[in-house]
Amino acid sequence: MKRFLSGNEAVAWGAWESGVLVAAAYPGTPSTEILETLAPMPNVYAEWSPNEKVALDVAIGAAYAGSRAMAVMKHVGLNVAADSFFYAAMTGMEAGLVIVNADDPFMHSSQNEQDNRRYCKFARVPCLEPTDSQDAHDLVGVALNISEQFDTPVMLRLTTRLSHSSSVVDLEGVRPAPRTEKPTYRIDTTKYVMVPGNARRRHPIVEERLAKIREFAEIFSYNRPELRKLSLGIVSSGVAYQYAREVFPEASILRLGMTYPVPVRMIRDFAARVDRLIVIEELDPFLEEEIRLLGIPVEGKTIFPLCGELDQSIVRESAIRAGLLPASAQTPAVHPDKGELPPRPPILCPGCPHRGVLHVANKLGLVINGDIGCYTLAFLPPLGALHSCGCMGASIGVAHGVAKAGVTQRNVAVLGDSTFFHTGLPALLNVAYNHSNTITIILDNRTTAMTGHQQNPGTGRTLQNAETTPAELEPLVRALGIRRVHTVDSYDLKAVESALKNCLEVDEPAVIISRRECALMPEARKRWVPLRVNADRCNGCGLCFRVGCPAVVRSDQIDSKTGKAKARIDSQLCTGCEVCAQVCARKAILFRAQLAEEEGVE
Amino acid sequence: MTAISFVLAGVGGQGTILASDVLAAVGLAAGHDVKKSEVHGMAQRGGSVTTYVRWADTVYSPLIGPGEADFMLSFEKLEALRYVDLVRPGGTVLVNNYAISPLSVSSGNDSYPLDERIKAVLGAVTEHVFLVPATALAEGLGNVRVNNVVLLGALSYFLSDVPVNAWVQALRERVPARFAELNERAFLLGRDQMSGKA
Ligand SMILES: Cc1ncc(C[n+]2csc(CCOP(=O)(O)OP(=O)(O)O)c2C)c(N)n1
Repeated sequence: MKRFLSGNEAVAWGAWESGVLVAAAYPGTPSTEILETLAPMPNVYAEWSPNEKVALDVAIGAAYAGSRAMAVMKHVGLNVAADSFFYAAMTGMEAGLVIVNADDPFMHSSQNEQDNRRYCKFARVPCLEPTDSQDAHDLVGVALNISEQFDTPVMLRLTTRLSHSSSVVDLEGVRPAPRTEKPTYRIDTTKYVMVPGNARRRHPIVEERLAKIREFAEIFSYNRPELRKLSLGIVSSGVAYQYAREVFPEASILRLGMTYPVPVRMIRDFAARVDRLIVIEELDPFLEEEIRLLGIPVEGKTIFPLCGELDQSIVRESAIRAGLLPASAQTPAVHPDKGELPPRPPILCPGCPHRGVLHVANKLGLVINGDIGCYTLAFLPPLGALHSCGCMGASIGVAHGVAKAGVTQRNVAVLGDSTFFHTGLPALLNVAYNHSNTITIILDNRTTAMTGHQQNPGTGRTLQNAETTPAELEPLVRALGIRRVHTVDSYDLKAVESALKNCLEVDEPAVIISRRECALMPEARKRWVPLRVNADRCNGCGLCFRVGCPAVVRSDQIDSKTGKAKARIDSQLCTGCEVCAQVCARKAILFRAQLAEEEGVE
Repeated sequence: MTAISFVLAGVGGQGTILASDVLAAVGLAAGHDVKKSEVHGMAQRGGSVTTYVRWADTVYSPLIGPGEADFMLSFEKLEALRYVDLVRPGGTVLVNNYAISPLSVSSGNDSYPLDERIKAVLGAVTEHVFLVPATALAEGLGNVRVNNVVLLGALSYFLSDVPVNAWVQALRERVPARFAELNERAFLLGRDQMSGKA
C-alpha cells in the first residue's frame, strides 16, 4: 500500500515490518516522532528510557537476547550513549541491532552541529543513509539484515530534513509472524564479557568484519552509479543526493546508501569514468576524505559549505562560483529591502510556570547556570534569566564548579524534571557528596515539554500512556544526601523567593523543587482564565513587561503623569497564571479572585 | 506537467500544518509526485511555522530556495514579508490580512511594519499579491480557526485543474466530522473571494 509518510514515520513502519521487538529512545528533535509512531503498533515493545545511554543498553540487551532491536536518538544523544555504542561494536549481538541517529545540520533545535558518520568510522560500525522516506523505510530492514549477517550494530543516519519531510512510501503493512517460543539466552563469555583479555581477542575480529563489510559494500544494491554525462561525476548520499539530482540533472551520480565503509572499487571505477569528481554532502567532508585517502583527486568542501544545511539553491550558487555551472543557471529571485523585521523567536508560552521562578532568581542577583529545556528560552530579553547552557544535565556540575572556584555572586543550577532524570541525578549526587553550597532548582512541570510533551519517569505514565510508578523527586534528592529540600508552587512567587532566601542563608547543598504542570497540558488548559488590567491603577511603570509574557502588551492608553503606555492583557493569550499580577507594584493587574468578586457584584 | 511549489507561512496555532497536509493530499490525488517539508515548527512557543509543498512528475528536493515558489500562502502579514524572497518574480502571494505582534512589538521595543510597506515589499517581488480577509471571514463563520481553510479556498481558485471535490475530500479526511461542514463553507468562501479579482 502507498502512504504519504515523513522520514520518521517511515522508519517506524520499517521497524515494525522488519520484526523489531524492542525499541528504546529518549526524545530529541528531529527524531522524537519515530517512537511515537511505533508505540501504538501491535506486538512491539517501545519505551522512553531516561536517557540515550540507557536506551541503547536496553536495545543491546534485547539483541543479546536474540530479538531484533532498535535504539533511537538525536545526534547529541549518541554522545551520551557513546560508551555503549563502542562496546556493542566490539561484542556484536545475537540478533539485528539498528541505531537510528538523527543529525541536525543548521542546528534547527540543537546546541551543536556534528556529523555522526564520524562515530561509525570511530567504532567500525556500518552507516546507512536514506535519500527520502521510501529509503528510510526500506533501510531499517536492510540495516537489520546487515547487522545479523556481519554480527555488528548498524547506524541508520537521518538528518532533520529527512526526518521532517514527507514523500510517498510503498510499504507492505505486514509484520513477520511472532515467535511461538522464547529463545534461550546464549552464554558466550569470550564474546560478551569485555575484559581486556577478551576484548583483545575481539578487536582483530572487528577489523576483519569491517574488511568483509567493505567487500559487501561493492555489491550493496543501495550503492549505485547512475551514469549520465561523464564530464561531471558527483558522489552523494542522504538528502544531498536530491539536491544534486535537482541542480545537475545531466551529471553522473554515484549514490551511496552505505557511507561507511565506502565501496572502494566502485568509487575508483566511477572516478575513472568521469572528467571531474566532486562530492556533495552535508556537514563534514566525510566521503571526500575517504575518497582522498584512496589517492583519487576530488573536490567537495572547497566548493560547498561545511557549516549548516544545504539546499538546491546553496548547491547551485556554490557550483556557479566554482565554474561548474554557467552564471545563467542562477534562479532569478528578488531580494527586496525589507529593513529590520521584528524577529519571531520561540518564547516561553503565556502561563509557562518557569517564567516566575526564573524572574525571582534573576531579581535576587543570582548567576543562573541553566540547562536544556523550555526554560533555556528565558535567556532572551526582557527576562534575561539564564546565563549558561551547554548540554543536557550540565547545569548542576557547572554550578558546583562555579561554587568551588568561588565568585562574588551566589549561583543556582536550573533544570527541568526530564533533564534531571536524564543526567542531572549523578551531578546532584556529586553536589551532596563533595558538598558545595549549590542550590539546584528543579522546574518540575510534570512533562518533557520542549520536545512536545513526552512522558518521563516522574509523570507516572509510559510512552503508551499506561500508568506506572512515578519517581518521587523529594525522597529521591534526600536519598542522595541533600538535607535542605523545599517544594514550592512555581506560580507562588513569594514562596519561591522565601525558599531561595532560606537556601542562600546557609553554606550547604540545597534543592528547590518548583512544581506546576506545563500550562499547555489538557488539565491545565481547563483552568485558563484571562486576567485584566485596572487601567486606573496602572501608571505604565513597565515592571510587568519585564517578565516577558506575550499576553502582557502595551496598550494605546498613555498615563498622564509618567507619559508611558499602560499595560493591557491580551485575553486570547492570557492563561491567568497571575505571575504578572504578583510582580505589579500597584496592584493594577486583577487576580482571579478579584475578577470573580467583580463578577459577583455585577 | 509543470512543477508547482508552495510556501506556507504562519505563526503557531494558525493551522499552517493542516493546510500543508491538505495541499499535499490534493497534489497526490491529482496524480503528482509530492514532497512536503516542515521547515520551522516551534508552533507551541509563538514562533514562525513554515512548510513547503512541491508537486511535480518527480520531486527531488523537499526544500524551496529563493525565487522558486510559485505560490505563497501566508496566514500572517509579517511572516509574508519574512519569506517573500522565496517567491519567483511573477508568482502569486496570498496573504491573510491579519497581524500577530511578536513579543518585541507588543512590549514596545520594535514596531510592526505598516501596511504600505508590506504592500511595497511584496509588490517588489510580484504584482500578483492578494490580501484576503481570511481571519475576518472565519470569524464571520463563527470560528477563527478556519482562517487557514479560507486561504486554501482562495488558493484553489488559481489551481483550476484541480476539481473542488478533491479539496473538499482532502479536508474531510483531516478534520473532525463535526467540523466538516464548517470547513467546507470556509473553503468555498475563500474561493469566492478570488473570483472576479484574479
Ligand atoms: C542529549 C540530548 N537528548 C535530547 C535532547 C533534546 N531535548 C532538548 S530539551 C529536552 C527535554 C527538556 O525537558 P525538561 O527538562 O523536563 O524541561 P521542559 O522542556 O519540560 O521545560 C530534550 C529531550 C538534547 N538536547 N540533548
